Amino acid sequence: MTHSISRIVSRRFFRGVSRVAPALIAATLGLFALSAQASGGGATLDHFPTEKLKDLPSLQNGAKIFTNYCLNCHGLSLMRYNRMTDLGLTEAQIRDNLVPTGAKVGDTMKVSMSAKDAKEWFGAMPPDLSVTARSRASHDGSGSDWLYTYLRGFYRDSSRATGWNNTVYPNVGMPHVLWELQGSRGASIEEVKAAADAKPGDHAAMSRTLIAIDAVTGQRTEKVEEIHEGHPHEGSSITLTPAVGGKLTQAQFDGQIADLVAYLTYVADPSAQTRNRLGTGVLLFLSLFSVLAWWLNREYWKDIK
Amino acid sequence: MATADKNIGTSGVLGWVDQRFPLTSTWKAHLSEYYAPKNFNFWYFFGGLATLILVLQIVTGIFLTMHYKADSAKAFESVEYIMRDVPWGWLIRYMHSTGASAFFIVIYMHMFRGLLYGSYRKPRELIWIFGCLIFLVLMAEAFFGYLLPWGQMSYWGAQVIVNLFSAIPFIGPELSLWIRGDYVVGDATLNRFFAFHVIAIPLVLLGLVTAHIIALHEVGSNNPDGVEIKAKKNAAGIPLDGIPFHPYYTVHDIMGVSVFLLAFSAVIFFAPEMGGYFLEYNNFVPADPLKTPAHIAPVWYFTPYYSILRAITSDFILWGLTPFLLVFLAVVWMSRGTKSLSKLIATLAVGAMLVGFLVLDAKFWGVVAMGASVMIFFAMPWIDNSKVKSIRYRPTWHKYIYAAFVIVFLVLGYTGVQPPSPVGQVIAQIGTLLYFAFFLFMPWWSEMGEFKPVPDRVTFAAH
Repeated sequence: MTHSISRIVSRRFFRGVSRVAPALIAATLGLFALSAQASGGGATLDHFPTEKLKDLPSLQNGAKIFTNYCLNCHGLSLMRYNRMTDLGLTEAQIRDNLVPTGAKVGDTMKVSMSAKDAKEWFGAMPPDLSVTARSRASHDGSGSDWLYTYLRGFYRDSSRATGWNNTVYPNVGMPHVLWELQGSRGASIEEVKAAADAKPGDHAAMSRTLIAIDAVTGQRTEKVEEIHEGHPHEGSSITLTPAVGGKLTQAQFDGQIADLVAYLTYVADPSAQTRNRLGTGVLLFLSLFSVLAWWLNREYWKDIK
Repeated sequence: MATADKNIGTSGVLGWVDQRFPLTSTWKAHLSEYYAPKNFNFWYFFGGLATLILVLQIVTGIFLTMHYKADSAKAFESVEYIMRDVPWGWLIRYMHSTGASAFFIVIYMHMFRGLLYGSYRKPRELIWIFGCLIFLVLMAEAFFGYLLPWGQMSYWGAQVIVNLFSAIPFIGPELSLWIRGDYVVGDATLNRFFAFHVIAIPLVLLGLVTAHIIALHEVGSNNPDGVEIKAKKNAAGIPLDGIPFHPYYTVHDIMGVSVFLLAFSAVIFFAPEMGGYFLEYNNFVPADPLKTPAHIAPVWYFTPYYSILRAITSDFILWGLTPFLLVFLAVVWMSRGTKSLSKLIATLAVGAMLVGFLVLDAKFWGVVAMGASVMIFFAMPWIDNSKVKSIRYRPTWHKYIYAAFVIVFLVLGYTGVQPPSPVGQVIAQIGTLLYFAFFLFMPWWSEMGEFKPVPDRVTFAAH
């Protein structure tokens, strides 16, 4: 058997390649590393617990949170209510618990707010979230990771019209809709940059700005100091303070957000779970078929001397 | 009876058909008595696989067309409608989107096979030329198709590529307007791209593929040894190293197809986005003519050429292209084997380009370089002066040159995916020079070195 397989892929060619392969791979990796370094990295995102995607009670809870808290402003215009039978709900349950008055169970999940009101209240129509869990993906993480971090990244900021700001999406137009669950958080921000009076190339003249934002009032207090020791790098970092005044603990809140993100991830590609289940069977069949095809080929090729 | 019965050797229903249509003789000529070399290896799976993907793309494409709306207000939604509300629509769509990338992977492998074994050389020049035309047309097909989902990358990718035509002197701006049918990519553009994608280009593609296969069956396949099997025939006139395509290569290809489908299905069912390379993340945002994305990159299979496009800057023309062309011209003049006419043509061409560098801007030369990087494949039959066809009997260091070419191609592909950066640009510029050096200096390096003896018959171990 091994003999036949090695014949299929030409021995000669691979012997040739195996001789140059190490040099080839090293050179490629070297160049890739060089280019990757040039492109730089982005924000770090928390990992969305992907096991929630297979957990029906979590997905149902996510659907409930979405209809209660999000659907007033954000539509899922590509998603039909009765598609949620995927999540183990009956049409009757969907109609009684999730479909708003006036809408039918076969309708898509359109937003109830008018575009004109939205413009007046938020400056723009809040985006439709049907495929956001896919479009927000990047090389920093999946779209679900982005949503999971974003929804847990709100903090008080009195300088914003909504009174809220966000670590992942700075100066976002959306307020912290779930604040009654989480409570409100403050932040401490550290910004390191060249001092205002520094000349170009003068590495020593750096300043550190420490901003503390109060968790309840959102008031900023700023403190600027010059840095004299060490080798500081330009940049900023933000740390959120623990939430105060919420109905849930942080762990409970994280769980609720994970459910909501699981639901949005499902909505972005509703066939994903079916696809994976079916895929396993398809790959098993094709593996078996490949063995048969290999065997058929071997039998025929016995003639060829 | 107006005509006498032909001597066909079949009877019954088949005989009736054969009197009127060359069924049995076609079957024999192209399958059961078409003799292919018996020493095909791994690389010979990809031609058949390309045909399979062509069929898959056409069939899935027909089903997509039944539900897709070529209308800028509805296109994005209709693709998602196919993914959600059309029974098995997600499977058809993912097969089509994965098929596009698979097509290019398979075609790149198929082309590389041609380079390895000198499959473009006499008497197979026309097969190669038809193949290069297929590659060009396939790129057009992919480009037109990519606009149809009407996402941000579809939209801005088309905008960038159509704008390239505006770099052509004098007629450029009018030409790009004529292609778009509007001042920006819009509904008119979407409708015409749809027409090109679903009917015009596929017709051309099918015609070219037919010509490619007819030309192949006329002269017969090359093989990994680069030995002409028709040079040694038995008493019946059958090549000694030839075996009937059917059943031997049909069962062989079934095996190749099953392994290919295994990989293809793994992507479709478990990673249809393929990490943002087969389906770009930003393309899940509907096209918005008012919001330019921060980073516009074509799909991975175009990125080596896109890198070459971006590499050409006015600085690079000065320190890179100009010295490169002068070195090329010096080599042409110093070469004893080159005819005076060729020397004159090369001098005029380089001279015209050097004058052109002063007159026309870098954007235009970027477009020229990108076009040249694709078109240069056509020249292969005439720039390869190697004494033997196959890499097996070429000097060992030729293998390193091919390996370096593959690395350069991959690196250019990688830099084309990345957002522009100073380091990435220098790498792409060096890559561009190496890419063109491979082809432009081939007439000389390909005949240098110690060639190995080519056997009379193909190398084959029975199993």
